[in-house]
Amino acid sequence: MARAFTPKIVTANDLFEGDVIYLRADGTWSREHGDAAVAQTQERADELLAVAQAQQDVQIGAYLADAELGADGRPLPIHFREAFRTRGPSNYHHGKQAQA
Amino acid sequence: MYSYSEFDEGYVRERVRKFRSQVERRIDGSLTEDEFKPLRLMNGLYLQLHAYMLRVAIPYGTINPAQMRQLADIADKWDKGYGHFTTRQNIQFNWPKLKDVPDMLDALADVGMHAIQTSGNCIRNVTADHFAGAAADEIEDPRPTAELLRQWSTDHPEFTFLPRKFKVAITGSPNDRAVTKAHDIGLRMVRNEAGEPGYEVIVGGGLGRTPMVGKVVREFLPKIDLLPYLEAILQVYNLSGRRDNKYKARIKILVHETGLDEIKTRIEAAFEAQKKHFRGPEPSLVAAIEAAFSQPELDPPVMSISLDTPVRDPLLESWIDTNVSEHKVPGAAIVTVSLKPIGGTPGDATSDQMRVLADLAERYSHNELRVSHEQNIILPHVYRADLPAIHAALREAGMATANVGLISDIIACPGMDYCALATARSIPIAQEISQRFEDIRVQKDIGPLKIKISGCINACGHHHVGHIGILGLDKAGVESYQLTLGGDGTQTATIGTRTGPGFAADEIIPAVERLIDAYLGLRESRDETFLEAYRRVGMEPFKAALYSEAKAHAA
Ligand code: SF4
Repeated sequence: MARAFTPKIVTANDLFEGDVIYLRADGTWSREHGDAAVAQTQERADELLAVAQAQQDVQIGAYLADAELGADGRPLPIHFREAFRTRGPSNYHHGKQAQA
Repeated sequence: MYSYSEFDEGYVRERVRKFRSQVERRIDGSLTEDEFKPLRLMNGLYLQLHAYMLRVAIPYGTINPAQMRQLADIADKWDKGYGHFTTRQNIQFNWPKLKDVPDMLDALADVGMHAIQTSGNCIRNVTADHFAGAAADEIEDPRPTAELLRQWSTDHPEFTFLPRKFKVAITGSPNDRAVTKAHDIGLRMVRNEAGEPGYEVIVGGGLGRTPMVGKVVREFLPKIDLLPYLEAILQVYNLSGRRDNKYKARIKILVHETGLDEIKTRIEAAFEAQKKHFRGPEPSLVAAIEAAFSQPELDPPVMSISLDTPVRDPLLESWIDTNVSEHKVPGAAIVTVSLKPIGGTPGDATSDQMRVLADLAERYSHNELRVSHEQNIILPHVYRADLPAIHAALREAGMATANVGLISDIIACPGMDYCALATARSIPIAQEISQRFEDIRVQKDIGPLKIKISGCINACGHHHVGHIGILGLDKAGVESYQLTLGGDGTQTATIGTRTGPGFAADEIIPAVERLIDAYLGLRESRDETFLEAYRRVGMEPFKAALYSEAKAHAA
């Protein structure tokens, strides 16, 4: 049997602000990880990534990141790098944590 | 002090104008990111983890009060009110918006600064001792030579396609404060037996993935021979350097694979040939550059109190003890302003602090400021009589931390709090170590100690040459920290040795504490520094302190 697929989301940086953004299911972008569309198969992940990469005029560097589903069904980051990206730096209250 | 020639000013303005239109075309969608990325990188604009970052060059770490004030204004107007001074003598702004960057670049150009990054396989920036022109042990100010090298290499067609990028560092003192042994070429000024100044030439040093200490290819090179000799080195490298593998293309690999004797022979042969038709730069050019770096006239007042009289204020006394260095002119001094407050981010200064530094430089330091690769700010030419006033002003601005050269004077790269290449964070580790050893009496008891932290193998935090080096890694999805001991970035340069398995984020501070406890227990006297003790006893006692206890816990 094939190895279980780790769910994926698409993330990038906003072209104008540089802020971290996440691709929603409708192809628009959110500043929140929880809003990201979750791909449960590699095909769906590739599809989402293609949607993101087509939007050269709003995002930079779109890529797939592993995610898991939280109790509320919304995606949570797995790797610490992705967790940091949802918050901002740890030395100052800047970035997303300050906007929340 | 060096200032822009007409040509440079025009060139920088033209670059900003071009970049402004490129940014506009990126924003309106007519440039793709693939097209735009090389353009923004050339102009110092990087994309980091949470935002863009603008990196501004501070050549030779030399900066004047007007420039420092402009950096403060830029930080307030287009960033979050602070800047980060790096180990490469740059300042980074961590939160610019794309549309604002051309305005930031114009504001920089107004004070003769720029963010242009030399890129590609050419001679990259030339770095110099941050005490240049002031240090008591200095033979000559190295900055005119550095500037000469920069001009010479910029115009040199043959050397714009080297196998790999190339970095040069110069110190005008026998005491190496410019980490010359960790550069492709390092130049350390020494005197020969006749007392004439010249250079010890070091080749093939570098940190990063394959750290190596540079090797001396010439113990004494007369000053006049410098350019022909460097040209010879570059010729040898150009002919024999590997171009097949990016990781093996640096000159350090060539030196390592070819052997020192053979390299020396080849360089000397090329030098002999070179000397026949190239004797060095025009004396008029050299004179013009030297004039641009001329020393301020120092005329220290005769002190009413002799320096040997004990200072009454213990805080002032403690600060003078650690943060003030000897100047070449008696009665003058060099102040190192620590940007390492306890629990703070190494190298960060707020806009208000930058303005205080500018004011102090104007009032007390003959309009000069320096940025050190150890992420501190230098007031290079002050009078000893003014030290109490300078200290008082720094205290008010939260910059009087008396810790230069001590355990809390930590170098740390931005790591995964900002850097897109990072494998782990470095700043919080630095913050926690300084908090753990907050008590200045404890720090002074521990004595001179350099801790250097990098957030990935690129080694921007110079961890290989830290007495204690810390490298942050991603170990199967967890932040993990690798320790090295015995590194040294001075004229006795050494690459640190790994202690063994790494430590998790919550284990690394206790591990550093165990190292310090072990050192305090085994040193022969208070005068034996951590590095000296390590050199005497070797790794074993430190290893035992690090790992036997950990094993006991695990058991
Ligand atoms: S060492 Fe690595 S993490 Fe640190 S600044 Fe350099 S590239 Fe970034």
